[in-house]
Amino acid sequence: MIEACGIVKRFGDFTALDGVSVDVPSGSLTALLGPSGSGKSTLLRVIAGLETPDEGTVVLAGEDVTRVAPQERGVGFVFQHYAAFKHMTVWENVAFGLKIRRRPRAEVKQRVSELLELVQLARLGDRYPAQLSGGQRQRMGLARALAVDPKVLLLDEPFGALDARVRKELRLWLRRLHDETHTTTVIVTHDQEEAMEVADCVVVMNAGRIEQTAPPRELYDHPANEFVMSFVGPVNRLGDTFIRPHDVELLLEPNGSTQEAMVHRLVHLGFEVRVELVRDDGEALSAQLTREQVEGLELQAGQIVYVRPMRQTVFAD
Amino acid sequence: MIGKYVVRFAALGYLAALLAAPLGYVFWRTFRHGLGPAWAAVTTPDAVHALKVTLILTAIAVPANTIFGILAALSIVRYRFPGAGLFNAVVDLPLALSPVVVGLALLILYGRGGWLGGHGVVFALPGMVLATIFVSLPFVVREVVPVLREIGTEQEQAAATLGASTIQTFTRVTWPAIRWATAYGVVLTTARALGEFGAVSVVSGRLAGKTESLTLYVQDRYQSFDEVGAYASAVVLALIAVTTLILMTTLKPKEETR
Repeated sequence: MIEACGIVKRFGDFTALDGVSVDVPSGSLTALLGPSGSGKSTLLRVIAGLETPDEGTVVLAGEDVTRVAPQERGVGFVFQHYAAFKHMTVWENVAFGLKIRRRPRAEVKQRVSELLELVQLARLGDRYPAQLSGGQRQRMGLARALAVDPKVLLLDEPFGALDARVRKELRLWLRRLHDETHTTTVIVTHDQEEAMEVADCVVVMNAGRIEQTAPPRELYDHPANEFVMSFVGPVNRLGDTFIRPHDVELLLEPNGSTQEAMVHRLVHLGFEVRVELVRDDGEALSAQLTREQVEGLELQAGQIVYVRPMRQTVFAD
Repeated sequence: MIGKYVVRFAALGYLAALLAAPLGYVFWRTFRHGLGPAWAAVTTPDAVHALKVTLILTAIAVPANTIFGILAALSIVRYRFPGAGLFNAVVDLPLALSPVVVGLALLILYGRGGWLGGHGVVFALPGMVLATIFVSLPFVVREVVPVLREIGTEQEQAAATLGASTIQTFTRVTWPAIRWATAYGVVLTTARALGEFGAVSVVSGRLAGKTESLTLYVQDRYQSFDEVGAYASAVVLALIAVTTLILMTTLKPKEETR
């Protein structure tokens, strides 16, 4: 559905995208995940036509749109800071694209009502964006983008400006919405949890390049390299080996393959407990245990335990 | 508490001494002998002609500078082009330059023997129009630029992804955001165009009944010891300016002050 091929984009001396290729299948929800400055937003803007790539091609629904203006691409774009039309009401914001397309008044009215219902803003149609909360504004932004039946929906850190609770709600809501509408969607995020939770497929980016493209589970279980491994979840690094905290087993007695460590601190996270340890060689590592396990071992700060990695990863250079 | 009143008193006193008192004095001198003489003074053929000239100058300079101002502000804020910084600085030149210098420059350029001389520009209406446009040029630009910067480009990009053409984006998204800044710029431009004296004085040649604008007429009357004529014409000038201001404040909707 979206094929971006060999995209290069430079801003002066800075290379934002360094030969990036992605393929987003029709009807999927794909996340572009990476730290800030990794080029993920630029890639999204190139797909939308808001930036022109220096090299490479963008194909949407089988049509080469590399030189096509954003107006003609049939994309819906949702901005991190909402980009709400401040002088228009919620209703007028959502109707904007339909009015530009000169759709009959009755159709506009019906479509906007449907969309406001869909994004749970039906009662707030007369409000101005300034009178809405952040979450409501972003739902309005989504309705506005969906109004014109876009071929693809592009979301640029849509929940980045919202507080944690609203973010989680909207994330789940977006996933449900996608399951209903099946619009091909690309979401840019720097939050690995968000990417893993919402997307069918995650594209991990770093410094203008793609590190790995995989479904969330595969990404977690089989990260292609060190960067991906440490970006998609917490990790302990011991020399050349990488161990996830929940793959660390703690024993009270040594058994040959174990290493001695001291419990430095216990961090209670609800059901789980993070045990921060210091090994006898001075290296720090953390283990993620359930509360029952911690209680069974009767762990306390200052106690000596024996560490056994259940699963570890080594990347060949 | 006392400090607050001291500040208010100082501000109001300053305004009264520098603005209200002289203006009030002009009004008083004008109408000292009743409406009759004042009305007679501003309806002489020369006075009417001077008023006409001033209105023509304003009617040309204000629309020209409004359109130029919006385009210039858009190009300064929205498009990166070589020399943009220089362009931005040059726009302010009319504020820095003495109007007399502007008048002289036009005189040299368009006058007899000038590079573009001999086309009836100098000592005629076209030269006065050029001078008025020049001195009132920066106001719309200066009002619109900060507003454009503040609203940013995201709303315009959103409009583009929703299918709006450049013109539709401007009329439906950008213009509603900058229209009050533009209106304020227009008021300032109008005030400047009405009141322009120096540059117009140099290029006009000051031929009574021909190339005399209202400001020049005021000075002409004053120097001819026609006190009522001078003060009455000054009052006309002031009334036009005040009317423009009142028009803008009343047209401005409440939502802008929200």
